[in-house]
Amino acid sequence: MVTLSRTPSYPHERNPGTPFDLSAVEGALVNRSAIERRAATLPTRRTVKKEWQAAWLLHAITTIDLTTLSGDDTPGTVRRLCAKARQPLRPELMQALGIANRPITTGAVCVYHEMVPTAVEALKGTGIPVAAVSTGFPAGLNPHALKLKEIEASVAAGATEIDIVISRRHVLTGNWKALYDEVKDFRAACGPAHMKAILAVGELGTLKNVMRASMVCMQAGSDFIKTSTGKETVNATLQNSLVMVRAIREFYEQTGYKVGFKPAGGIRTAKQALDWLILMKEELGEEWMQPHLFRIGASALLNDIERQLEHFAYGRYASMQYQPLG
Amino acid sequence: MTVTELLETLPYGPAPEAAKPALEWIEAHKGRFGLFIGGKWRDPSTQEWFASINPANAKHLAEVAQGGPDDVNEAVKAARKAFASWSKTPGHVRARYLYAMARQVQKHSRLFAVLETLDNGKPIRETRDIDIPLVARHFYYHAGWAQLMESELSGYEPVGVVGQIIPWNFPLLMLAWKIAPALAMGNTVVLKPAEFTSLTALLFAEICQNIGLPAGVVNIVTGDGRTGAALVEHEGVDKIAFTGSTEIGRIIRRATAGTGKKLSLELGGKSPFIVFDDADLDSAVEGVVDAIWFNQGQVCCAGSRLLVQEGVAEKLYRKLRARMEKLRVGDPLDKAVDIGAIVAPVQLQKIQRLVQKGVEEGAELWQPSWAVPAEGCFYPPTLFTNVAPASTIAQEEIFGPVLAAMTFRTPEEAVRLANNTRYGLAASIWSEDINLALDVATQVKAGTIWINSTNLFDAASGFGGYRESGFGREGGKEGLWEYVKKAERSTANAERKTQSAKRKTQDTLAPDPRPSTLGFPPIDRTAKMFIGGKQVRPDSGYSRAVYGPGGNLIAEVGLGNRKDIRNAVEAARGAFEGWRRTTGHNKAQILYFLAENLEARAFEFARRLELQTGADGMAEVEAAIQALFTAAAWADKYDGVVHNTPIRNVTLAVPEPIGVMGLLCPDDQPLLAIATLAGAALAMGNTLVVVPSPAHPLSATDLYQVLETSDVPAGTFNIVTGERDELAKTLAEHDDVDVVWYAGPQAGRAMVEKASAGNMKRTWTLPESGPLPGMDEILRQATQVKNIWVPYGA
Repeated sequence: MVTLSRTPSYPHERNPGTPFDLSAVEGALVNRSAIERRAATLPTRRTVKKEWQAAWLLHAITTIDLTTLSGDDTPGTVRRLCAKARQPLRPELMQALGIANRPITTGAVCVYHEMVPTAVEALKGTGIPVAAVSTGFPAGLNPHALKLKEIEASVAAGATEIDIVISRRHVLTGNWKALYDEVKDFRAACGPAHMKAILAVGELGTLKNVMRASMVCMQAGSDFIKTSTGKETVNATLQNSLVMVRAIREFYEQTGYKVGFKPAGGIRTAKQALDWLILMKEELGEEWMQPHLFRIGASALLNDIERQLEHFAYGRYASMQYQPLG
Repeated sequence: MTVTELLETLPYGPAPEAAKPALEWIEAHKGRFGLFIGGKWRDPSTQEWFASINPANAKHLAEVAQGGPDDVNEAVKAARKAFASWSKTPGHVRARYLYAMARQVQKHSRLFAVLETLDNGKPIRETRDIDIPLVARHFYYHAGWAQLMESELSGYEPVGVVGQIIPWNFPLLMLAWKIAPALAMGNTVVLKPAEFTSLTALLFAEICQNIGLPAGVVNIVTGDGRTGAALVEHEGVDKIAFTGSTEIGRIIRRATAGTGKKLSLELGGKSPFIVFDDADLDSAVEGVVDAIWFNQGQVCCAGSRLLVQEGVAEKLYRKLRARMEKLRVGDPLDKAVDIGAIVAPVQLQKIQRLVQKGVEEGAELWQPSWAVPAEGCFYPPTLFTNVAPASTIAQEEIFGPVLAAMTFRTPEEAVRLANNTRYGLAASIWSEDINLALDVATQVKAGTIWINSTNLFDAASGFGGYRESGFGREGGKEGLWEYVKKAERSTANAERKTQSAKRKTQDTLAPDPRPSTLGFPPIDRTAKMFIGGKQVRPDSGYSRAVYGPGGNLIAEVGLGNRKDIRNAVEAARGAFEGWRRTTGHNKAQILYFLAENLEARAFEFARRLELQTGADGMAEVEAAIQALFTAAAWADKYDGVVHNTPIRNVTLAVPEPIGVMGLLCPDDQPLLAIATLAGAALAMGNTLVVVPSPAHPLSATDLYQVLETSDVPAGTFNIVTGERDELAKTLAEHDDVDVVWYAGPQAGRAMVEKASAGNMKRTWTLPESGPLPGMDEILRQATQVKNIWVPYGA
């Protein structure tokens, strides 16, 4: 029996990073209008229906970094979230979908550092990784040394994935070397834990900056690049995702290293999840649809996917009251 | 497949759009359609029907009527009858009908989209998201022009009955491009759809009925090429508008020559897609997808020649091949298909033949690893690299999903390759450097330029070609001129004015046949020709006599021949780029100076005019000086516009010179005619080969001395005297002449129009005498509009 539960095992070699290469950064060109056009037509050129759609949505669940990042998080809410991560769908729905004997979990659970021990405990034995947001999330303006300590503390507490935030000022002032050095330090601090670099694209001003920051973060050894903290006014969009995904492809072509992609913030509907999967399939190929290279940072998304799957399984529209809270 | 199995590979499944509603519509008509004439459906006089086939599965869709000459005749009669009242219908009322058409198209948009896909084979994504919304947009936009015609086109009236022939690649969209402006301007229409794709036109006819459009305003006559020919040749048609191949366009040009029918042709293309090394290459790759794999490449403006800067060529090709692997070819009704079916087996065979030719000529062929469906008319996306500019696939329009790639080193070389074609419909330019992109945009000879984009269309932007891609524009205000003419009233006024001016000045100056004032016999003068800034003798060594109004011999002029024309065209071609780039201000300076120097010799020119024509010479010189001032005034004021197209961009509609012009002058007011026509043509940046009126050539030959002293650059203004129609024929046939203005007898007008079909040059024919046209029309005839789309965004 193949299990769809995800352990933090990665079939590809981790990106060790490369020396800082300014030409690869400044050589990156982005045309906004053309990006918008491609992003607008991606979801109109491709669609999945019926059982294909059901399969894609089930798969989408396995790529979710089920997230809670609220000031009022408590061990209780985090344990409830972890329960949802372990069993995202009700057993009878699994039955109806014909996948009762095929356990399915989310890709990870994503929390603040203080919640890491609770989550690790709640997910023990499932193989579901715990991700911690770090480095002064969301603004990233804490002292650099403290950021490194924060990473180390989360790793020590059992987080196997660390979502770092970059210093946006380095991007906005074109100080690419400073950005490289910062992220490289973070990567070193992560040790065996996988690092996702959050660009906070909504604060970078231009798509060209998004492309350049992506290149620098990958050169500095990121395992994933991630759009947003979810706290900016503009978070993941298909446009900025397209730019980042193309940066990943460019980096792969230049170095042979595979870097993952994580859109986060604002992805709430099943339809959106499909759009992003289509983006990955079209621009990077099937491997980049898998959880080791693709995650969606979301909290509410899972509920909408459940509703769509219910509709597929039972042929009638669903109500939220039948879905277990996360 | 089970969900569990699908989870392993995450394939795209089928996502079919239902064909049922469209098939039911056909079924409701018992699978057979008549002709829509005079607001009623009728069987064709031929009693013949032909099959409309779904190219995706070879299934029979419906029986379409073969309209015969009698049917065309009935349709033209119905349109003529309707024209009487439709042309008088207030613009607001016409606007309401056009608005209703837009609304109806939107209300039935999915039915139209599915029907179009069934009939044509193009993907439902395109009919649903592109064709049908553009159709509605076209009717909305032109509803606005109907509303505004009275105020914005005052002094113009509809042309009359318009025969329209449209192609199969965008069946309903081309119908909208034709019908909307025609109706907005008060014309009535007989439209013949392409025989492969008639069904949406027939559904549209039902809409005309449903909205209560007056009978006969729109008539739809289906049929094959014979039906089209009958429409072209029908005497009751005032204008022909055609979109299709250059080959058929040429036949139509010849068939309508000398009939006085207005003509607009939107023909073939081999449009360049230029990628510089500072382009966003990934986006350029998507651009290529939209350029050549849109509508299976069956697009007249398809970017079928990829010109890429050598340093990034391999990288771009690699990206392109990877992208091509991802394209999906198959059932056009599938919502996740990129490339549908080729319209018909005959077209598929043409593509296969040309691809074979490409391989034989040594180009490198690449196609994706997957196979296209075995049944139905499908062809895979195809990339040729190492293509020589001279090869067939680089020159000939394939009208299929086949891209021919070449490399260049410099912007200058890119422009030369881009312009190395008989066509001039569109071009796409990719660079992140706005300086470079706009510089190239001004140099590529094409009616539409897309910067960092491709295949953008909108009703507010004019579309149409340079060179053998045809003439006339569709869309924008520039497109309306194809469907109007100067109101009879205002022409009559102008005539009266000229006549009265003539009368008033008739007896103010006595002719002086003897210019010498010294009491000696006059010195024999030699009126030479003027080519490349030099006075030259005729190649023939012969002269022809010039007589005064009393039949007295007053001078001789050289008898120009083919070789003189050849030399003059060569000089004009050589001067063109320089003159075109001369600023409007500097062109104006030269024209003012010309006027100044003409005035300095006013008496001499006046006497010469009186000697030739017997009319008031000084009045004509004064009018000519004024005409030169008018031309100079326009040189820096004939502005383009920024069209209001619905994407974030500036769409620049730039009037450009047409190029090398042959100007065969009218007999009346020989100096004024030259000053007016040549002045305006020069002001707009054309270079000229002027053939003076054979009756009164001396004012033109006198003029070269003025030209020489007025800083007119060598080669800009050439003068060849001789037999008008003989020289006109050489000019009209000359492949390096871009436009001919011909004033002369009917037979000559017909000859010029017919001969122009060789390179599909623009022509403008006028009677040999009578009032000159208004300046607005002259300036339009001296220019062609280039639309440059410049999307922007930080």
